Amino acid sequence: MTTSRMIPRAFSVRRYSPELGTWGKLTARDSVLRKLDWTLLLCCVALSLIGSLLVFSATRNRIELNHGDQYQFFLHHLLNTGIGLALAGCTIWLGHRTLRGAIPILYGMSVVLALLVLTPLGATINGSRSWLAIPGGFSLQPAEFAKITITLGMAMLLASRVDAGDRQHPGHYTVVQALGLAAVPVAVIMLMPDLGSVMVLGAIILGVLLASGASNRWILGLLGTGVIGCLTIWQLGLLDDYQIARFAAFANPSLDPAGVGYNTNQARIAIGGGGLTGSGLFHGSQTTGQFVPEQQTDFIFTVAGEELGFLGAGLIIILLGVVLWRACRIARETTELYGTIVAAGIIAWFAFQSFENIGMTLGIMPVTGLPLPFVSYGGTSMFAVWIAIGLLQSIRVQRPVSASR
Amino acid sequence: MSNLSDSGRTSRVTVRLIAIQILVFSLLLTLGGRLWYLQIRNGQEYANEAKSNHVQQVIEPATRGSILDARGVPLADNQTRLVVSASRTELLKMKDDGKAVLGRLSKVLGMSEREIRNKVRLCDSKTPQPCWNGSPFQPIPITDEATTQQALQIRERSEDFPGISAEPTAVRRYGAPGKANTAQVLGYLSPVTDEEINKAKDSSSPLLRSDQIGRSGLERTYDSELRGKAHVNRYEVDNLGRVIGQSRSEKGEAGSSVVTSIDARVQGVAEKELDQAMKDARKERDRNTGTNYKADAGAVVVMEAKTGRVVAMASNPSYDPNAWVGGISGKDYAKLTGKNSNYPLLNRAIQGQAAPGSIFKVISTAAAVNAGYEFNGSYPCGSSYTADGQTYKNFESQSHGAISLGRALEVSCDTVFYKLSHDEWRRDGGMKPKPAAKNWFYKTAHQFGLGKETGIDLPNEVTGRVPDRQWKQDFWKANKVGWCEQAKSWPKKKDFGTKLARENCLEGMKLHAYDSINYAIGQGDTLVTPIQMATIYGAISNGGTLYNPTVGKAVISPDGKHIRHIKPQSHGRLPVTEKTLAQMDGALAGVATRGTAAWRFGGWPQKKIPMHAKTGTAEVYGKQTTSWFATYTKDYTIVMTISQGGTGSGASGPAVRKIYNAIYGLNDKGDLDPKAALLPKPQATLPKIEPDGTIVAQPFKPYVAPKPSPSASGSPE
Repeated sequence: MTTSRMIPRAFSVRRYSPELGTWGKLTARDSVLRKLDWTLLLCCVALSLIGSLLVFSATRNRIELNHGDQYQFFLHHLLNTGIGLALAGCTIWLGHRTLRGAIPILYGMSVVLALLVLTPLGATINGSRSWLAIPGGFSLQPAEFAKITITLGMAMLLASRVDAGDRQHPGHYTVVQALGLAAVPVAVIMLMPDLGSVMVLGAIILGVLLASGASNRWILGLLGTGVIGCLTIWQLGLLDDYQIARFAAFANPSLDPAGVGYNTNQARIAIGGGGLTGSGLFHGSQTTGQFVPEQQTDFIFTVAGEELGFLGAGLIIILLGVVLWRACRIARETTELYGTIVAAGIIAWFAFQSFENIGMTLGIMPVTGLPLPFVSYGGTSMFAVWIAIGLLQSIRVQRPVSASR
Repeated sequence: MSNLSDSGRTSRVTVRLIAIQILVFSLLLTLGGRLWYLQIRNGQEYANEAKSNHVQQVIEPATRGSILDARGVPLADNQTRLVVSASRTELLKMKDDGKAVLGRLSKVLGMSEREIRNKVRLCDSKTPQPCWNGSPFQPIPITDEATTQQALQIRERSEDFPGISAEPTAVRRYGAPGKANTAQVLGYLSPVTDEEINKAKDSSSPLLRSDQIGRSGLERTYDSELRGKAHVNRYEVDNLGRVIGQSRSEKGEAGSSVVTSIDARVQGVAEKELDQAMKDARKERDRNTGTNYKADAGAVVVMEAKTGRVVAMASNPSYDPNAWVGGISGKDYAKLTGKNSNYPLLNRAIQGQAAPGSIFKVISTAAAVNAGYEFNGSYPCGSSYTADGQTYKNFESQSHGAISLGRALEVSCDTVFYKLSHDEWRRDGGMKPKPAAKNWFYKTAHQFGLGKETGIDLPNEVTGRVPDRQWKQDFWKANKVGWCEQAKSWPKKKDFGTKLARENCLEGMKLHAYDSINYAIGQGDTLVTPIQMATIYGAISNGGTLYNPTVGKAVISPDGKHIRHIKPQSHGRLPVTEKTLAQMDGALAGVATRGTAAWRFGGWPQKKIPMHAKTGTAEVYGKQTTSWFATYTKDYTIVMTISQGGTGSGASGPAVRKIYNAIYGLNDKGDLDPKAALLPKPQATLPKIEPDGTIVAQPFKPYVAPKPSPSASGSPE
């Protein structure tokens, strides 16, 4: 941390000027605040606030969920956003280089947490044992943290020799190490089973390998393994009935509109019914009537579609687009491979998860239990995405000044 | 490091980052496109689906209007029964799905818990009856026979019975005042079909799955008026069907009442006398077959001659229309419609058709006059008529020498009409009709309204048949294949059936001499309905106007303020001059005083109440004769028929006279007692309507026939 402050200061003109006040420090040309990507940050805050309203709309009538307190989920979402912002702030303050040293510990912790889910401490929700009940009525979803630690862990391994200048691209041995490192949490999450998270982790691994500059053979090999793996799982019947049913319903939602296809069908009715401008916040009949299940989490986008219409739902997609665009910029502009890889992993994560989540409500992707970043209700997911934003910001803040032009 | 870019990265990484970026944005673009497709392109479709998803209708059917007789006496009305019903939505809100409530209810009603639960469950393909076939948002009736005691228990302890209601509800009742059940005229209600629900879905009065709809008779003709407009409540519901708000509602309106021209007292007499006449006929021996008459069906129509309004209409066999109330049981349904039922649902006054026999002779008379024969000319009435080597007997009378057409009507001389019709047939060209053929006898029958509906306001009236040259052709075309097939066994088999089939196959398309000869006396292929004959005889009585018979007289709105009068309409005039009509009228009076019906009208006060009549006995191949009796006075026409019942005057005569006795207040001897008269003049006014809309029924006293005097029985033939 000290080094991180020292380096920019070495180039600063302010060094020779009088000491500044707190405000001055914060607004100084080379201050951390001025170096932050404000567009990225504001888009994420906007998404979280829109999310809180949508969560409010989806839960204010669900008495069996909110136990009579219609503001409960709304306030929790705001609180989660606040904690998320704080976590992002911590991450920036620590700096990703500092965190780099703690990666083995963080990685180990996330694997242990994931394993704990498989013990009696784990809780099963919607056929998936991916929650960890912690005292005080809270629950954690360790898979969310695994998304971060896998990114960081793989980036550390893949970038170490390259950033040291030893090699131009990570070697085969390093790639094997990195894949091994990723395989452990993936296997644990597969056992839960949390198919959605496994798919996201797959996307992250692919993104990380792409950005690391690993040989094309690895990329193609990984894609091939993925396809063969899917076919094997299908053939051997390793999936649960409900998972197969969800895929069947995806392929043909009218198959059983009251049963498996119900979610997708009702989701599509809600979104389609919204039209251009929507029915207005809190006025969606599908939302008020609770026709769409899991609407505050996985199907939050249907609330936007119905109540805010094409304009509102489109705005969410655009905001996500801006976030990804800024993330891509950060990935491109950082000079260290480590930063690039981390940013690429986060891009892959956000992009895939958003596409899958919105895609399933629109009926172009199969239904899996994945939250929409920032918008969906859920503490762990919210914390994880804000930590990721913190990482992106710190990558941007800590890149050498020469590259900022 | 030659391939390091400015930013210190290899080009491979840069290329790949750009690839990632392109991939990411194409994914987002895909989402945007799909969003546009769902919301903008197909938005309306989904919006409609969302609407049907969350709005549920609760329909309270309107109280059905009553059907009243001419004096306001209800023939069909509603009875208030205490109906206990359960709201499924309310029950499902409870933790145990209402189990405890239904348990308590079973104790109060004295029904088993299972029975109640079965009634409340929804029907689907796997659920056996009983189950609820209506909307799950509609209160489901558990019993409609609750006692006041039970209803009070439920209402007073409403906290113990959430979702259960005990309310007086209207149920259809066919009261049959004075045993006038009027079954076939009133018709009946039965549950709606899916098709009807779909058809009425977007109309102003949508139907419920549990709704009843008029199926026949007046209930059907005036269904839309009687049904009124259902009260429609629309609720917004959530995914579990819980009501979350009220939507646009439509106010209902009770059904209008229909006042008919039926007089329940006369109707009661008509039904009783028809039944009695048929019972009596069954005791008579048929000399042709050597067995008693079967008298398997009969009908009687009492009509106002000057308006065509129906005062009474009875069809036998009959049934109790209350069997349909609350859903007909399978057993009852089989009894009403099965093969051995003799079809009591048929209204034989408008749906029974038979050869008219001699009551057709008024048409033949008119035809002959129109063809140029003098009414008062002289025509030979021999004991038989021979044409083409075949002899036609004078069935109903003996030889009378040369007589006028009027006398021929009086004595019902067949041979006079045989010759007239045969001559006309020959004049038209016989088997090879001339282009200028007049076909007077057939043309006149059509002009009298035969071969088509009279237009009575009852559904499914049949047309009867005039067997003219055209019909012969059509009928032959439709049947020649069968006839010619049967004729193949000729000449090995020489029985009557085969012979007939052969003749029909070869020459069935032609109108033969025997066709025209039989036709003249209402035999052969001619078919008429009692209502057609009543219309014709009524027209002779009223000076020639053929009225469309009507049963409905007025439709009165529930508040009594809007009255739609149903005015008598005519469908033509008899094709006879006033002079001829008067001559025929005189001849028909002669039938009652000195002709074939005279022995049935002994002591009739002909001066005070001129009676006109015509008897008919129609032969039916393979069956006993059909009895026809057509009569009229200044104000009324009565036509009665009994299938396989014997002769016209023999079987139907006493019954018709007794109906007249009741109407005019006569005893068997013909003594007039104005106080005993039910309806000496047709009821011209509508029943009184109170300011609040109730229609006042005049006091109802069923008719009691005066004690028969010892010497009252009629003379034999």
